[in-house]
Amino acid sequence: MKRDAPERLLLHIVLIAGGFTMILPFLWMISTSLKPESEIFRFPPVFVPNTWDWANYVEAMKAAAFGRYFINTIIYAVAVTTTNLIFCSMAAYAFARLRFRGRNVLFILVLGTMMIPPQVTMVPVFIMLKRWPLAGGNSLLGVGGHGLLNSYTGLVLPMAVGAFGIFLLRQFFMTLPSELEDAARIDGCSEAGIYWRIILPLSKPALATVGIFTFTAAWNQFIWPLLIMSKDSMKTLQVGLQVFQTQYTTTWDLLMAATVVLTVPVLVIFMFGQRYFTRGIALSGMKG
Amino acid sequence: MPDDRGPIARGQARTAYLFLAPGLALFFLFVLIPVIAAFYLSFCRYDIIHPPTWIGIRNYARIWADISKHGVFYLSLRNTAQYAIGTIPVGMALALALAMLLNAGLRGISIYRTTYYLPVVTSLVAVSMVWMWLYDPSYGLLNYGLELLSRAASFASGREVVIPPQAWLGDPGQAMPAIIVMSIWRGLGYNMVIYLAGLQSIPDHLYEAAIIDGASPWQRFRSITWPLLKPTTAFILVVSVIGASQVFAQVYVMTNGGPNNATTVIVHQIFQNAFSFMKMGYASAMAFVLFALIFVLSLINLRLLRGGEVEYV
Repeated sequence: MKRDAPERLLLHIVLIAGGFTMILPFLWMISTSLKPESEIFRFPPVFVPNTWDWANYVEAMKAAAFGRYFINTIIYAVAVTTTNLIFCSMAAYAFARLRFRGRNVLFILVLGTMMIPPQVTMVPVFIMLKRWPLAGGNSLLGVGGHGLLNSYTGLVLPMAVGAFGIFLLRQFFMTLPSELEDAARIDGCSEAGIYWRIILPLSKPALATVGIFTFTAAWNQFIWPLLIMSKDSMKTLQVGLQVFQTQYTTTWDLLMAATVVLTVPVLVIFMFGQRYFTRGIALSGMKG
Repeated sequence: MPDDRGPIARGQARTAYLFLAPGLALFFLFVLIPVIAAFYLSFCRYDIIHPPTWIGIRNYARIWADISKHGVFYLSLRNTAQYAIGTIPVGMALALALAMLLNAGLRGISIYRTTYYLPVVTSLVAVSMVWMWLYDPSYGLLNYGLELLSRAASFASGREVVIPPQAWLGDPGQAMPAIIVMSIWRGLGYNMVIYLAGLQSIPDHLYEAAIIDGASPWQRFRSITWPLLKPTTAFILVVSVIGASQVFAQVYVMTNGGPNNATTVIVHQIFQNAFSFMKMGYASAMAFVLFALIFVLSLINLRLLRGGEVEYV
């Protein structure tokens, strides 16, 4: 549909005004993170700091075990992404390409797990991890220690596979032509070989989509690490942010500097992997 | 039963079970068993230190009593409903309007799309912190905006107009609306991208034909855009209702349920009872009430939006 120039201009103005509202909080976050304390508590507020106080970043990193939190978050996000890519793609391959008894029933059961709110399973999983036998000082009966609480294994294991990833990859695998597989089978390739040498190499875009979604979700996760990682040295960034908030005061400059640090990795991933986000939405069946 | 399948079929079945084993084992351990355990615990008193004791339906009876005498859980239900009603219709309408603007064939769509999507990928905890700072009663940007507004109003009317600074998150009446505004801002991009995908699948020639027939923009929207977007709307509605029922992180960070329980929500109550008061049985019963609520609401939504689907060829 063609529109005339004034109408287009008007639409652009509306979209730019809206877009400005969307990024204003981010601009304010960056501005605050660079202000010396004297400029933070000033009314009317200063938008561009008069002196840029980069030391806020250094101080924020020193205020808590932030390097530690950063490493913990990376370990968690990378581990969850890796396990999800492996286990989801294996299950998706079986559901999409192999014939076996009970395939439909199992697939519906897996999809059904998406209906269960995580809050229902939260309490029992917490108890299960705490009572994990022979871990974290626990006896065979699961008493005496803290189990898998405050451990990477405990944080990663319950999140190591997801129904959404299986669903998304299955949808993608089903679109691949079956001729290649048949040819490989005639040449004597095993089913596992087909998965590894044919399906996975052809599915890089879909794997990238699931990988990026899983990584950002894990990076941003809050309740789960909050529950499992109570020890300071095991906390993730999302949980660690709270050190800047005490009951009475909040050090806004340091808090905002820390928030910038924790936001930037995800924004960079989003900027570079944008098409995978859009593809994920298309793959989950929204486009018809 | 003799196995009359060929070697390929047998090999396939074997590989399939092998490939499914790790995923299914994890689901079994961390979803299926916990759901059953949670259901059992919801009929128990359990504080994690002493073994659970069976108390029948007393947890559910307590929830019922709380609701009927307007206790804290009742408040959390009411606040969650307020959050859902505040975020969903406005959020969806804004998202659809934005998607239609972006679908109007302007240049630079991808820049706009990126900008509006930005809040979706950033962490809820981080943006909650940023918005707390925006809402700060003394030095927040929002109250500064109000001051600018009152100056502009004074200038325009020629009289002194004063809009006093607001407490926002500190005011029982404003805290939930403040959380709602922030949540709409954060979720807008997600719904917008889904609506955009829906809009792009509507063929152009339908609009062209409608224009030739002299249909007004409103008529085109009513009889082409809206009916053809119905599956998209249904999807967004179901997902949004589920999401709103489980709202937690922004409440936990921004107000922790306060002031005076004005923003406590269902999951906040589950969390507090389970991990602050160690009433894990009671919390499990609440979780099942939430589960039932989500289940029923999803069924109603799908029923409401099913039927009446149109197909234009």
